[in-house]
Amino acid sequence: MDRIPILKLGSALLVTIQVELHDSLASALQDDLANSIVAHGAKGVLIDISGLDLVDSFMGRTLGMIASVSRVLDADTVVVGMRPAVAITLVELGLSLTGVKTALNIERGMALIRPADDTVSADADDEH
Amino acid sequence: MLTMSIERLNIREPDDVVRVRQAVRARATEVGLGLVDQTKIVTAASELARNTLDYGGGGQVAVEILNTGGRKGVRLTFEDQGPGIADVEQALLDGYTTGGGLGLGLSGAKRLSNEFEIHSEPGKGTRVMIARWK
Repeated sequence: MDRIPILKLGSALLVTIQVELHDSLASALQDDLANSIVAHGAKGVLIDISGLDLVDSFMGRTLGMIASVSRVLDADTVVVGMRPAVAITLVELGLSLTGVKTALNIERGMALIRPADDTVSADADDEH
Repeated sequence: MLTMSIERLNIREPDDVVRVRQAVRARATEVGLGLVDQTKIVTAASELARNTLDYGGGGQVAVEILNTGGRKGVRLTFEDQGPGIADVEQALLDGYTTGGGLGLGLSGAKRLSNEFEIHSEPGKGTRVMIARWK
């Protein structure tokens, strides 16, 4: 079965959805992303949907679940490249996409993800 | 009201949902619907096609191009011989789902369309009609 490729982009993972996401493909993607977040210590997941001419409630649910699982694994999820017609339709459909951040493009999406070295460092504040 | 053309598609497996979307997109383009209106009707069709498959046990959709007094539109009629819906009012509530979905399929399709009609009875299947006019 084909699986959607996951690319590493700095401290984030990039997934591009261009094909119809049927049940098994959506499940496989969720599994693969969870594994990859842990394996790479990723701080964020970018989902590029610029190639989608529509987002229905099944896709919305898939995106929401990816965001929830990522959150539990301490990673942000940013959906990028949503087309205007899709955004308008999605709102009217009633899809709220809670827990899912959005950005116009990958560059802006990356800016929404906390940097990998965002850890509290005691040394930086110490004065000797 | 004149039906200019009618196309019937079976909805028996997940790939059929894709075919329905493509057919609706093609008809919507023919009728001259703008991009946003096209997206709305194709999205509504996707919701209803999935419902037909997931809850109706499979069924079919009739895609019609209508022309009334020069005004063109697309009408979709989804039909299944599934279990039917006991409480249609409830089914039309946002968030109500019997299958672990988001519960937006019926209510969403209604919001996304100019016309919406549903007929369903337990044991007698379900028929949902939506239309979008130019």
